[in-house]
Amino acid sequence: MTEATLYGLCSAALVGVGLFGLIMHPQPLRRILAFNLIGGGVFLLFGAVARRGAAAGLGGDPVPQALVITGLVVAFAATALAVALLLRLFQETGRATLGSDG
Amino acid sequence: MAFDIGLALLVLGVGAWTVAARDTFAAVVGFVAYGLLLALVWVRLAAPDVALTEAALGSGLTGGLLVGASTRLRRAETRAVDERQPATLRLAAAVLCALVSAGVAAIVLLLPEPAPTLAPQAMVNMAATGLGNPVTAVLMAYRAIDTLLETVVLLLALVGIWSLAPDRVWGGVPGPRHQAEPDGRLTFIAQLLVPVGILVGIHIFWIGSVAPGGEFQGATILAAMWILAMMAGLVDAPAVSRRWLRLVLVAGPAVFLTIGLTGFAVAGSFLAYPEPHAKLLILMIEIPVTLSIAATLALLVAGPPERA
Repeated sequence: MTEATLYGLCSAALVGVGLFGLIMHPQPLRRILAFNLIGGGVFLLFGAVARRGAAAGLGGDPVPQALVITGLVVAFAATALAVALLLRLFQETGRATLGSDG
Repeated sequence: MAFDIGLALLVLGVGAWTVAARDTFAAVVGFVAYGLLLALVWVRLAAPDVALTEAALGSGLTGGLLVGASTRLRRAETRAVDERQPATLRLAAAVLCALVSAGVAAIVLLLPEPAPTLAPQAMVNMAATGLGNPVTAVLMAYRAIDTLLETVVLLLALVGIWSLAPDRVWGGVPGPRHQAEPDGRLTFIAQLLVPVGILVGIHIFWIGSVAPGGEFQGATILAAMWILAMMAGLVDAPAVSRRWLRLVLVAGPAVFLTIGLTGFAVAGSFLAYPEPHAKLLILMIEIPVTLSIAATLALLVAGPPERA
C-alpha cells in the first residue's frame, strides 16, 4: 500500500467520524467542529489524489494542492461566519442549541 | 511506512476524540492538535505549501476562533451536554456514517491507474510566469480566477459578520477592549513576538514565489500578529466604519480585478499576463492581496462590532 492510499483511507474514516459528530451533537459549536473535521478529511482526499499525481520531478500534482489552500481559506471564512451567528444567537436568546422549541 | 501508519492512526484517534469529548473546550483543544497532525500528514504527502496553510489557518487561527467561542458559550454548553440521543439512534447514525466512509474508501481504492496529473503542464509553463513554486503558479496564474473569487468570498464573510452587529453599535469596534498590563505576561509575549512574527510573515509571503510559502500563509501569520497585539491591548481594534480600514480590505481584490481586466487589452483574455511582465504583475497583485487577506482574517476572528 502506498502512502497516498493509506492517507486516502484515513481521509475516508475522518469523513465518517466528522459526519457522526455533525448529525449527533446537539450543540451547534460541536457541529461546527465536526464540520471542520469532515473538511479536513475531504482536503486530505485531495492530498492523496495530488500525491498519486506525482510527476515531472514534483512530489505531487500542484493543482489539487492549490485547490486545498483555497479551500482551507474559504472553510475558515465559513467557520468564522458560523461562529459569529452562533454567538449572536446566544446573545439574543441566552441559549446555544437548535432545539425544536427554540 | 510504519511512521505513516502511526500518524494516520493518531490523526484518526484525535479526530474521534474531538467528536467524543464531553467538554467542548477539550474538544476544541483536540481540534487544534488534529490540525497540527494534519499539517504533518501534508508534509508526508509532499505538499509543504498546504502544510503551512493547515498549521497556520486550519489549526492556529480556526483554533483561536473556536477557543474564544467556547469560552463565551461555556455556560450554555455545559447545560446542553445532558441532551443525549437514544442509543438506537446513535447506532443507526454510526452505521450510516460507516457506510459513507466505506463509499469514500472505495473511491480511494478504485482511483484510475495511472493517476491523471497536471504536474507536467504546470512545470512546462512555469518559466512563462517567472515563478519557481508550482503551487504559487497555479494560485496566481493558471487558476488565478479561483484566488480572485476567494478574496471576494473572504470579504463577503466579513460583511456577513459585520451585519450581525446590533443597531446601537453599528459600524463600531469589534470585540471587548483589552487593557495592556505593563508587566503582564501576554503584553511581554506580544511585544517580543509581534515584530518577529511580522518579519516571518513577510518572509513566508516573499519566499512563496520560489519555495513553499505564499500570500495566504504569510497573510495568516500577519493576521495572527495583529490579533495578538489586539489581545494584549497594545493596539485597539479599529471601528469597522473607518474609511482607511475599508480601503485596506478592498485594495487586494480591487487591484486583482483591475489587473485581471487589463489582461483583455494587453494579453487577450481575463487574468492573462503579458509574458515578459508576468512576475511583476503577479507581485503587484500579491502585495495588496496579502495585506487585504491579513486584515480580513484578523477581523473575521475579531467578530461583529460590540462597542460604539
